[in-house]
Amino acid sequence: MSFPWAKHYEPQGAFMKYVDSRLPIPRLVYDSLGAGYPVPKNLNYFYNFGVLAGVALVVQILTGVILGMHYAANTTIAFDSVEHIMRDVNGGWMLRYMHATGASFFFVVVYIHIFRGLFYGSYKPPREVLWLLGLVIFLLMMATAFMGYVLVWGQMSFWGATVITNLFSAIPLVGETIHTWLLGGFSPDNATLNRFFSLHYLLPFIILGVVILHVWALHIPGSNNPTGIDVKSEADTVPFHPYYTSKDFFGLGVYLTLFAIVVFFLPNMLGEADNYIPANPLSTPAHIVPEWYFWPFYAILRAFTQDFLFVPAKLWGVLAMFSAILLLFFLPWLDTSPVRSNNYRPLMKQLFWLFVVDVLILGICGGKPAGEPWLRISQLASAYYFAHFLILVPLVSRLEKPLPLPNSISEAVLKKATNTGAPIALQPKGAGLAELPASGQPAE
Amino acid sequence: MATQHPIDDLTPTGERRRDFIFIATGAFAAAGAATVVWPLVNQMNPSADVLALAQIDLDLAAIQPGQAIKVSWRGKPVFARNLTAKEIAEAKAVPISTLRDPETLAQRTKAGKENWLITLGVCTHLGCVPLGAGEGENKGAFGGYFCPCHGSQYDTAARIRSGPAPKNLEVPTYAFKSPTQVTIG
Amino acid sequence: MVKLIAAAVGVVFCIALLFGAVVPRDAAQPDPVAKYHLAPKEVTWANDNNGGLAIFSTFDRAQLQRGYQVYKEICSGCHSINRVAFRNLTEIGFSPAEIKALAKQSEIATTDDKTGEPTTRKGIPADKIPGPYPNEAAARAANNNALPPNLALITKAREEGPRYVYSLLTGYKPAPADWKTPDGLYYNPYFRSLNVAMPPPLSADGQVTYTDGTKSTVEQNAKDVVAFLTWTAEPTLEARRRTGVGVVAFLIALTILGYLSYQRVWADLKRKRPEMMPAE
Repeated sequence: MSFPWAKHYEPQGAFMKYVDSRLPIPRLVYDSLGAGYPVPKNLNYFYNFGVLAGVALVVQILTGVILGMHYAANTTIAFDSVEHIMRDVNGGWMLRYMHATGASFFFVVVYIHIFRGLFYGSYKPPREVLWLLGLVIFLLMMATAFMGYVLVWGQMSFWGATVITNLFSAIPLVGETIHTWLLGGFSPDNATLNRFFSLHYLLPFIILGVVILHVWALHIPGSNNPTGIDVKSEADTVPFHPYYTSKDFFGLGVYLTLFAIVVFFLPNMLGEADNYIPANPLSTPAHIVPEWYFWPFYAILRAFTQDFLFVPAKLWGVLAMFSAILLLFFLPWLDTSPVRSNNYRPLMKQLFWLFVVDVLILGICGGKPAGEPWLRISQLASAYYFAHFLILVPLVSRLEKPLPLPNSISEAVLKKATNTGAPIALQPKGAGLAELPASGQPAE
Repeated sequence: MATQHPIDDLTPTGERRRDFIFIATGAFAAAGAATVVWPLVNQMNPSADVLALAQIDLDLAAIQPGQAIKVSWRGKPVFARNLTAKEIAEAKAVPISTLRDPETLAQRTKAGKENWLITLGVCTHLGCVPLGAGEGENKGAFGGYFCPCHGSQYDTAARIRSGPAPKNLEVPTYAFKSPTQVTIG
Repeated sequence: MVKLIAAAVGVVFCIALLFGAVVPRDAAQPDPVAKYHLAPKEVTWANDNNGGLAIFSTFDRAQLQRGYQVYKEICSGCHSINRVAFRNLTEIGFSPAEIKALAKQSEIATTDDKTGEPTTRKGIPADKIPGPYPNEAAARAANNNALPPNLALITKAREEGPRYVYSLLTGYKPAPADWKTPDGLYYNPYFRSLNVAMPPPLSADGQVTYTDGTKSTVEQNAKDVVAFLTWTAEPTLEARRRTGVGVVAFLIALTILGYLSYQRVWADLKRKRPEMMPAE
């Protein structure tokens, strides 16, 4: 975003001037992450999670490439190769636990990042493409994580692969052909494992590319902020460096500390014991469950047990599971309220929190064995999920009466400060409550 | 709310003061980053199972004088030969100054065990496995080993005598644990 | 337009789901297994800080050696731990010479160089500890078609693994009157289906005579062998915790420094430019 007051990069010294005139990467860094990128000054800690997601991606790629030096993608020795990493490779146990835990932490961070976007309306114009790119990243992450888990070739790897690839056979007419093509056979076997390894290695670099597009798309309009109103003047912003580099560094410290606690002291907490049993195609585990970050979608998939309107239950489940993610692509056109942030949309705010609770309920149900009472709860919670995005959000966006918006970000910051009892002397003139306009329309 | 001066103008020179806290944090972070590098590099070093086979035990009892066996050590062939008295005499008779890679038989065997010649079976020219260790294999003109790739010939002490190889067959580190047991590596 | 189609799709999904929600379910059959199945017993080991916060806890080496003895004398007849190599046993206190001797007692499958026939050779420390059967078919043939699982990872391959294995070993009891245990199986309420193919391996006190003089009871044997199996499942456990203490301590310090730096950066702004960011 070219805010006119942004600081400009001045190459220091002959070498930097040389580089700047031939391949201006230092300038690019300065303009996008450095002192040359103005950012709203009122960002809260929920805005740390984008950077944390980037760090999580780098950690996964680094540990993953290294693990790939020791892993063997062949059904006869895959499980043994993972144990070889755990027992014989120097520091292999640490790399493996970091990679497995890192995947979970990546999803925690991305889910918080997505919910932040939902709350503050970061998907609204002019940031629709930014939102769509983010969803593409999310889909690629899910594919990558699924294939990565299969590589271990434990019981849960094999049977999880069986269940999820079986879903494709639900597609009418071409389903079975696609299913066989995907597997390279009639059930998950060597062909499947080898191609999953190849794709699991490839996809993260595609994710990296889309992340670059995602950050680029962000930098065109600049960051959103908790008020949802646009930046009006220099007083609304601070340079990214050092204000948000220092805040992100602190946030990174907290993230890495929690990460290290899990890696070194609770490494198997987020996993399934059954995956320490080598894959056995002749024996199904008592409960097949995917990793926790797939549980809400797994609950939606399993919620359909009745054929309905000539569509078999299995196909309903598949359609619903994919729709649950695909409908997010349409959110900018379903929620057309001109007010971005839920801080000024009291009704939408309540809906948001109900939605959070709904997703948590779906998540819990997804990890439970198929049966009552989880099935009925899944059905009701899944219905609410679809109702939320497809019925409630569009309705509320049309009918709701938002709160009056502040004139600017600065005004909102000062108002917040005075409300917390700052000395009167610090109140600049004209920033009191009486000065707020009656209507809630933002200036743009 | 427009202001005239840029946000960062906090000192007269326009630069942020180098606070101690920033230096401390930076130093700590740098130390952490340096520490992280080592495990990422060390994982490529040989793993425990590879190192476990870095040493092998060899039982020499079954090797008759004039016989040799081939074993695999660290993925490479090792020739263990029991020299006959004639072969030892031949080896000692060679003037050292005429050798391309001067070494005496004593330098290539253990004291009191000069009949046991343990060398790598890798030609020092370009790495082929020379003939001569197995029954009936061509021992070359000097009665030791013959490399069929480019014609290098080794004598009874496995020293290079003719052909393109620059050095004698390498003698690995080994030690006798008993009169008939050696540990190589 | 988008909203209209979306609303229609939403209504369809909701109806399909609510239809499924109101459809009556079959009456839930009482689950006889659930009636008798027991959660693992409460028991602790030195390496999990006797049930506390296991940050600095290490294995009890003496216990590991006793556990190895129990494995060797009782379990190794049917169960393999062939992910562990002889050389790994230095970690539980054997000397290299002892391990060499131990390995020599084992026969490792190989092929004869001269004839190509399958044969065996003496073990070396680098070899994995061989299991009792050459393959799954042989194992099943010798055990009434049941496969004794590999024990190397068993404490990680079961929920609450160590406590589960201990409970299984010490949990055999007569079946209740209304429970049917077929011939060839044994009733054990800690086992998933209540009928386990393994006959009670620890039937009486004193089956193993410990070399360190510890009293050899069924509970002691079970506890020791589970400690040993916890080690086989994760030989690097102690290294993991040791490294973890250092890493977490470092990161907490770095986070504190990071926080102070962050505050310093923003405090400058609040102090010098209060109209931007009033100090609170």
